[in-house]
Amino acid sequence: MKQLTDKALARLRNGAELPDLSGTRYRLLQQVARGGMGIVYAAEDRDLQRRVALKVLEVPGSQGELASRLMREARVLARLEHPGIVPVHDVGTLADGRVFYTMKFVEGQRLDQYIESSASTSDRLRLFQRICDAVAFAHARGVLHRDLKPANVMVGSFGEVLVMDWGLAKIMTDGLETEVATDAAISHSPANRRNDTLGSLITGHGRVMGTPGYMSPEQARGEVESLDARSDIFSLGELLRSLLGEKPSARLSTRSAARLDRSLDAICAKACAQQREGRYVTVQELVSDISRYLDGLAVEAHRESILEKAGRFYRRYRFFILLIAAYLLMRIILLLLIKH
Amino acid sequence: MNKILLGLLLGALLGAIDGGTAWFYPEARAQMAGIIVGSTIKGLIAGVAAGVFARRVNSVPLGILFGLAVGFALAFLVAYMQHDHYLAIILPGSIVGAIVGYATQKYGMTPLTAR
Repeated sequence: MKQLTDKALARLRNGAELPDLSGTRYRLLQQVARGGMGIVYAAEDRDLQRRVALKVLEVPGSQGELASRLMREARVLARLEHPGIVPVHDVGTLADGRVFYTMKFVEGQRLDQYIESSASTSDRLRLFQRICDAVAFAHARGVLHRDLKPANVMVGSFGEVLVMDWGLAKIMTDGLETEVATDAAISHSPANRRNDTLGSLITGHGRVMGTPGYMSPEQARGEVESLDARSDIFSLGELLRSLLGEKPSARLSTRSAARLDRSLDAICAKACAQQREGRYVTVQELVSDISRYLDGLAVEAHRESILEKAGRFYRRYRFFILLIAAYLLMRIILLLLIKH
Repeated sequence: MNKILLGLLLGALLGAIDGGTAWFYPEARAQMAGIIVGSTIKGLIAGVAAGVFARRVNSVPLGILFGLAVGFALAFLVAYMQHDHYLAIILPGSIVGAIVGYATQKYGMTPLTAR
């Protein structure tokens, strides 16, 4: 009997893994991401003639925990209709019995790649505000993300922001708390073709609990029942630090390596307070403080000294003050000239 | 505050202050009231012009240049009528115009109907 080579075996395995899209309106293009539970493919919607991301279970069957988790993740995304959250288009079961859902195919770069760009601080802060808007919207719909990190945010070619990977989301409505623990964010970016759950902590039964360096202390302690919006606010604070160029290793040290402006540092510190009582209560409060900073106003997270107030006033009205000073100087020079 | 109103108020205020500095010139003290009223009107005209310009053109550098030019023209007119103190009238008058031009661009609000 002839033995198959490893290469041939791998090819056969890949072929067997491919979802059977017969009877659907989708045509398979290529695999873009793979997680612990499912695989994400780029597919073409033949009816609408557009590219979509198709997430499908690795194992056949429309029953069972994995299938219900995937359905639940799709439902979480479906209830979050927001420009900053990847939209779900379709959900169903394939001919081979595997549960799937399709969503927008996102093109662009991940936030961790954007961080390396030369964008200005104000551009980064405005982008951060858009991320916060999406998270605030989810909170208003009773959904916690629980895995906010640069790798889970996509920045589109036109500066649009999409918060991805709601696989760890927790629904908190009607007194019914539901956890969705799945996998993989989806995007076309080559870097996203890596395993997107890389770096996330996975505990028993494939349940993802968060990402070290970004998850809140209470989340790290496994206090799942008591998590609220402030847990995501902690992650947003850490994400903001990353966005402002601080390396994760610097955050672990006692003092930050990157010299952040005091007000920005205070905003990050308040969002990332170890005790959640010390954090912003809502994402909107965090966004408001960022807006105040961008407008040259005092932020709530930092009590300024007189000198700092004067400095901020000067920076805000610098040109106006210089024009007045030029006028006064000219008047004095004219007076002196006339007296002599 | 809308751009024209801001230009009008700031122009009048700075014009009055600019006119008030004539007090430092002993020979002009006898005509203080006339100088202040005239300078206020001059600032007011420059302010309204800068405000109207700011509503049409949304550019800080152009606003400053326009204010400077209007301030210069009005101050030159005043100095020409007096045939004296050209420097003492034109230089501060031009800077007042530039300040009003800057302020109307930077701090004035455009009414929704005008956008």
